[in-house]
Parts: sequence; structure tokens; C-alpha cells
Amino acid sequence: MAMEMRLPVARKPLSESVGRDTKKHLVVPGDTITTDTGFMRGHGTYMGEEKLIASVAGSVERVNKLICVKALKTRYNGEVGDIVVGRITERRRSAEDELAMRGFLQEVDLISAEVQAVFSDGAVSLHTRSLKYGKLGQGVLVQVSPSLVKRQKTHFHDLPCGASVILGNNGFIWIYPTPEHKEEDAGGFTANLEPVSLADREVISRLRNCIVLLVTQRVMLYDTSILYCYEASLPHQIKDLLKPEIMEEVVMETRQRLLEQEG
Amino acid sequence: MASVSLSEAEKVYIVHGVQEDLRVDGRGCEDYRCVEVETDVVSNTSGSARVKLGHTDILVGVKAEMGTPKLEKPNEGYLEFFVDCSANATPEFEGRGGDDLGTEIANTLYRIFNNKSSVDLKSLCISPREHCWILYVDVLLLECDGNLFDTICIAVKAALFNTRIPRVRVLEDEEGSKDIELSDDPYDCIRLSVENVPCIVTLCKIGYRHVVDATLQEEACSLASLLVSVTSTGVVTCMRKTGKRVGKVLHASLQSVLHKEESLGPKRQKVGFLG
Repeated sequence: MAMEMRLPVARKPLSESVGRDTKKHLVVPGDTITTDTGFMRGHGTYMGEEKLIASVAGSVERVNKLICVKALKTRYNGEVGDIVVGRITERRRSAEDELAMRGFLQEVDLISAEVQAVFSDGAVSLHTRSLKYGKLGQGVLVQVSPSLVKRQKTHFHDLPCGASVILGNNGFIWIYPTPEHKEEDAGGFTANLEPVSLADREVISRLRNCIVLLVTQRVMLYDTSILYCYEASLPHQIKDLLKPEIMEEVVMETRQRLLEQEG
Repeated sequence: MASVSLSEAEKVYIVHGVQEDLRVDGRGCEDYRCVEVETDVVSNTSGSARVKLGHTDILVGVKAEMGTPKLEKPNEGYLEFFVDCSANATPEFEGRGGDDLGTEIANTLYRIFNNKSSVDLKSLCISPREHCWILYVDVLLLECDGNLFDTICIAVKAALFNTRIPRVRVLEDEEGSKDIELSDDPYDCIRLSVENVPCIVTLCKIGYRHVVDATLQEEACSLASLLVSVTSTGVVTCMRKTGKRVGKVLHASLQSVLHKEESLGPKRQKVGFLG
């Protein structure tokens, strides 16, 4: 039986704890980025009155002659080839659909899919034309901001700690127990409802808390950062991981290891 | 109540986890999430408090105003509760969507405080039958992540603790007419004793076990829940059950059997003890 009440503590600014040398150039919509017209404008900018103006709130990134603004917090914008995890909210009700799909996918189910095409109004069309996509079984869903999911070659990771994770580009992260053997014939549409073992559950809960921790401290999510955070969190109890002091400690250690790995 | 939709497999995962005393975020069945409490957050109120339990965020403001006591209780002041489920919390509360939940919570708060000992109402009386203090307690739901009732009650208790009611004196002159004098010093005030103000504990039944402090996902898997409001000494002031209508089914079955027995008339065969 644990009950803890505390007084709120103001958050420390990030630059103090990280010790960055180069300060990021932060802008808000309407800010002038530069008056030099030699640059090409990228995402998040527009040209107005011979100045380059930001259209989103974020940090300015410059690659040679290209200037773009990377937003800190955005709605998900689909790109072809992205992996997404989604929940079915509505479906077409036609006769063939009833016969064919309802046996496999119901409303409220979670699926993993790939973006096939993007329409001009921003809507995306998805496909599950591979055995690795399809209905998701038992596991935990964590919703984060899409801007924190790093773009990588693969978004399906089998972590060595004993669970697997799908990092959806839309910010939906799915943590699930690693399947014992790859089921070739099932094709991913029949869910396994047997109880998951306690050891697997602990790993999944710990991963879930680690991801929430990283998101609160605005660290990019990818397999290495999640793994380092998991290892840094091992000395603590799973339910203690969301306490502010332990959170800071674990994130500092994770950031340290990530910096060492880069450098 | 704000709700999330979960797939079958997700619900099964949560239910099995609860059976093994390991919830999705690593807590046991009897563990609360970390609570943050801060009082005196709103400047133009008599008392205020903000409580955060996980992602559930509640703001309570108390305003003390002078008014006339109720006819049936002329020596006491009283409390008025109002709950606003703002659309900030979840899109379901847009427009009039949050009104039902708001009235349900306000009615529960009235029931909890509807007894002699929770708040010393006699101390709120200025002059019997004429003047008393009325405490308007306004609850604002900023964010909803499960376990609303517990958080709201903690916030109300904290706000009442923080409430400062100005000290007044009743002056009576020769003609008998009374005058109320407010003291000049803004720090001269009386405070309420919140020792007996109860707190709510909500128990949600998931599978074969009960959990305390359920998140939105766990509430979606729970069959029924029991709300108990209890004081610091362990006295229970109110209980409420939501969910499966076992109680109602019991009554309905009993009623139908009694009617059936009556309809058999006086000629029914009595079984008694020797049958």
C-alpha cells in the first residue's frame, strides 16, 4: 500500500542539466528567421516581405542553403512508407465488407500498418500487405507526440530485455511480449488471449514507464535510447520510475550514455 | 464519464495483470499514483487548491459570502458545490456534454458533507436567523485521467484548509438594529477545521480483484466500482455503487417471487417446516 503526496516543484530549464554549448535558435510563428534571400525555404517557413518567416513554433535547422523549422509539437503528417499504429474507429458498411473483414477486424481493434499514399487534404491510405503488419494482440499502448519518434530504417524492434516494441511514426507506441515463434500461417489476425507471464509483464511495465519518462524530458525515442533508459532504470522499482527525482536521475544517465555513444 | 476504447486483447492484458498484482504502470492493486497538492493558487478567492494525480488535474476555489441561513437550520451556515467539467479535460465535455457528470459529482459531494461533523457549520453562523457565511465551493476539471472522485475530494479538503473567512462583529445599537462590522486588518480571519472532512476512496472491480486509483484504461475494464467516503478517524460518511445492477436484480427477483406467491391465493400449498 503506497500513497505519496508532495508539493509541486518547478521544472528546471533543460539547458542547465544538459550543458549544451550551442543554443538552439527558437522561433514562434511570425518570427523573422533571416533577411538573406539566398536561402531555400523548407518546411515550416514562408517568404513574406523579402524576409524568411517561420510558420510553426520550433527550432531553426540549417543544412547548407536549406532552412527549415522543426516544430516541437505537431499533429502527425503522413509520409509514404511510414509505419503507424492505429485504432479502428469507423468502418464502411457494405455487404462484402461484412462478409470478409468483420471476422478479422472489429471496431476498436489496434492494428499496425504502412502508409501507402497521402491525399492532398492530409488523409492517408494504409495497407497491411505484409505478414508483419496486422491486428495487435496483448500489450500496452503509449501515446506520445509524433515529433519525438525518430525516423529510422525499421520501427519494429525486438529488444534484448525480453519485449518487443513498435514505434509508430504517428506517436502511438506499442509494447508487447515477444512472440515465442514466428507464426507464418496466422498472418497476424488472430489474437492470442493467453495470460502473459509475470516476468514479461514486469519488462513491459518497466519499458512503458521508461518511455513515459523519456517523453516527459523530451528525449527522442528510438531503440537505443529506450534500451539505455531501461538499463539505467534497473536499480529502481518499476512504480518508482515516475517520481520526479528518480526520473531526472535516470534521464541524465541515459543522456550521458547517448552522448558517449555519439562522441 | 470520459472513456477510452480498448481492444479485447488490451482488456485481457489489463485484467490478467491485475490478478497478478502488477498493473500496467508497475503499481500494485493498492498503490496510488503520485499526488501533487498546492494551495492558494487563485488570488481572488477565500481559499483555493490545485491537485494533480497522474494526469488528472483539479482546481477548487472557495468563496465565502454572507447570506441568510436556511429556515430549518437557523444557527448554521452551509456549503454550496458546483462542478464544471471543462472542455479542456476531454472533447466529450464540449458544450453540454459535461453537465451530467458535473451534477453527479456535485450530488455526491453534497451527500458526503451532509452530516453534523464534517464541517463545523455552527462556526459559520454570524447571527442566528439573520446572517451566516455561505461557502461556495467551485470545482473545475482541467484534465481527466481516471479516479476523479478521489482527486476532487482531496482538492476540496485542501481548499477548505486554505480558506480564510474574515472576522466579523455584530454591533447592536439602541434601536435594536444590527450592524455588521468587518475588521480592518486583512489578515484577521478565522479558519475552518478540516479534521473531520472526509476523503473518498474509489475501488474498481477488475476481474476478481479490486484496484485503488484506476486510470482511464483500467476504468474501461472494470465491471463495477464502490465509492466510500471516510474521515481521518475511519468513520464512513457515504457509500455509492456504480456498475452492474446486482442490487437491483436482487430486488426485482424478490418482488416477482412475492407477487407470484400472492397470486396463488389462500389455497396455495404451504410447505413450512414439515414438508
